[in-house]
Amino acid sequence: MRDFRDYLALDRLPHMWCAGCGHGIVLGALARAFSDLDLDPSQIVVVTGIGCWGKADDYLRTNALHGTHGRALAFATGVKGARPSLQVVALMGDGDGVTIGGNHLIHAARRNLSITGLMVNNYNYGMTGGQYSATTPYGGLTTTSREGCPEEAFDTCALVAAAGAALVARTSAYQPAQLRALLRQALTTPGFSFVEVASTCPTYFGRFNQAPGPAEQLKDVAASVGSPGIVAKRQVDDFHARYWRIHGKGDEHER
Amino acid sequence: MPILMQGNAAIAEGALRAGVSFYAGYPITPSSEVAEIMARRLPGQGGIYLQMEDELASMAAIIGASLAGARSLTATSGPGFSLMQENLGMAVMAEVPCVIVNVQRSGPSTGLATRPGQGDIMQARWGRHGDAPIIALCPSSVQDCFDQTVRAFILAEKFRCPVVLMPDQVVAHLSEGLELPGEVTRSERSRPTCSPAEYQPFAAPPGEIPPLAEYGSPYVFHVTSSMHDETGFSRSDPETARKKNLHLHRKLHDRVEDIAEVRYYGPDRPGVLVVAYGITARAARAAVQGDEDAGVLELATLWPLHERRLAEVAGSARLVLVPEMNLGQMVHEMRRIVRHCPVHGLHRADGEPIEPEEIARAIRDSGGEAR
Repeated sequence: MRDFRDYLALDRLPHMWCAGCGHGIVLGALARAFSDLDLDPSQIVVVTGIGCWGKADDYLRTNALHGTHGRALAFATGVKGARPSLQVVALMGDGDGVTIGGNHLIHAARRNLSITGLMVNNYNYGMTGGQYSATTPYGGLTTTSREGCPEEAFDTCALVAAAGAALVARTSAYQPAQLRALLRQALTTPGFSFVEVASTCPTYFGRFNQAPGPAEQLKDVAASVGSPGIVAKRQVDDFHARYWRIHGKGDEHER
Repeated sequence: MPILMQGNAAIAEGALRAGVSFYAGYPITPSSEVAEIMARRLPGQGGIYLQMEDELASMAAIIGASLAGARSLTATSGPGFSLMQENLGMAVMAEVPCVIVNVQRSGPSTGLATRPGQGDIMQARWGRHGDAPIIALCPSSVQDCFDQTVRAFILAEKFRCPVVLMPDQVVAHLSEGLELPGEVTRSERSRPTCSPAEYQPFAAPPGEIPPLAEYGSPYVFHVTSSMHDETGFSRSDPETARKKNLHLHRKLHDRVEDIAEVRYYGPDRPGVLVVAYGITARAARAAVQGDEDAGVLELATLWPLHERRLAEVAGSARLVLVPEMNLGQMVHEMRRIVRHCPVHGLHRADGEPIEPEEIARAIRDSGGEAR
């Protein structure tokens, strides 16, 4: 059995995230989920976009494709499409995942390649200085909504479920054990699986909107999730199964 | 025995024979035939056709597929090519081999969807932010569509970079004879031979091409769109950035003679040199037929430009004429390269191809310079 440290580039630590940021907890849960399943790091491709959470691949000893902002799932679709035996995980923030990359997200859910999308939602653009995103709640204070965000936030899980994903789950960085279990399930689900993790941005969103101090902010984001766990689940044949069935080659391409 | 084929079909045929196994695209006139043929033929060859949500995603998907070991292709036209610029830059930066077909229609914007243009020449070279050198090929016949597609895959792997094939709408929709070769030379990826622990995906002497592994092999590797060193991990110091940018430039421009194909038709020392590409090069050849003083230099490769060869052929000229279906793009390059004589442009941007007679008239009208 591999240890979770086998997936981490320990020589590259400490990470670049701010003190109190939830991203490290999520990364730890992901590495533990990999080790729970004893995945071969050479068969994992972690695809990331741009943003604080997009730096996560810097600390992983798997294959990585760190691409342009918002396109992680489109790159992942190419990787998985060409080589279905790979375990493909797309790490996205709320900017990457459901704001600039929203179109790719709904189509990845509809298309159902067996990719796992792990979206860490800290309710704002942390890396660029705390501006509002498509998950900033109405009235949320950010550096581009000083008097409150005038827009409504996406319910991303509902969106992804409606688009047809095989598995949709939600939790927070306050519940790493549950996150680890949900990721295990997502990584072994045929079709598109999506896990949203509510997390903290103590430097911006948390400081402007939540309790003082990162530990209390973790409790705030956990509370904002409501009831964590599986949001939606449906039995689907993944893209490749459907593709080869349609083209009359179902047997040859059985995985 | 030649067979009758359309330019877009010849591109698809060339790609299939070159061993393409992954296509991702979004339908757009006048390139859609490529997608339709790929969708029909790829599954039978064990390949994957993916119709993406847009061209941003199409370009991203062929990058991902290439890193997973596939020969990958997309096809589009102007509006889609604009969207692809973002991840075309990613392919340049991460040094990912892939082939992009841009069937040029008349612009700007949505423009004239079914009419030809040659207005994407400078976009192909400079359309991305930052310096992002690229290879761009320009076929002028159906045979050329086939041959240059095969070559595009070879260049993409050899130089570890995206290659853009840029037929205009006339060439893409033209049907004429195609001689299909028995077999074609397929591109070979230079794969690492070191031990997996030693592998660095961007380690090579300046200007040399680093070997590229594929995801799923024992070689575990990182690529990134951000500035990076030879390990593939991001790094932002000036020396890393200087080396990387110079490498991207030099790997193409130091080897321009291996990349750029220049075709010259005419007398040894032409007094008038017509420099053209795509369907316009064929109009130019028709225009100078029987003229013992005029020659045509066809740019089968648009980027990088073989500047030394262009200057050499133009050396005897009293006039260089550059006809193109835009309001002046390649003519500026020619003015930069040819300094000893006038360089005139002949431009048309109304969605109509340039007729041989227009070129012949331009030569006649140049009067003293031409004769």
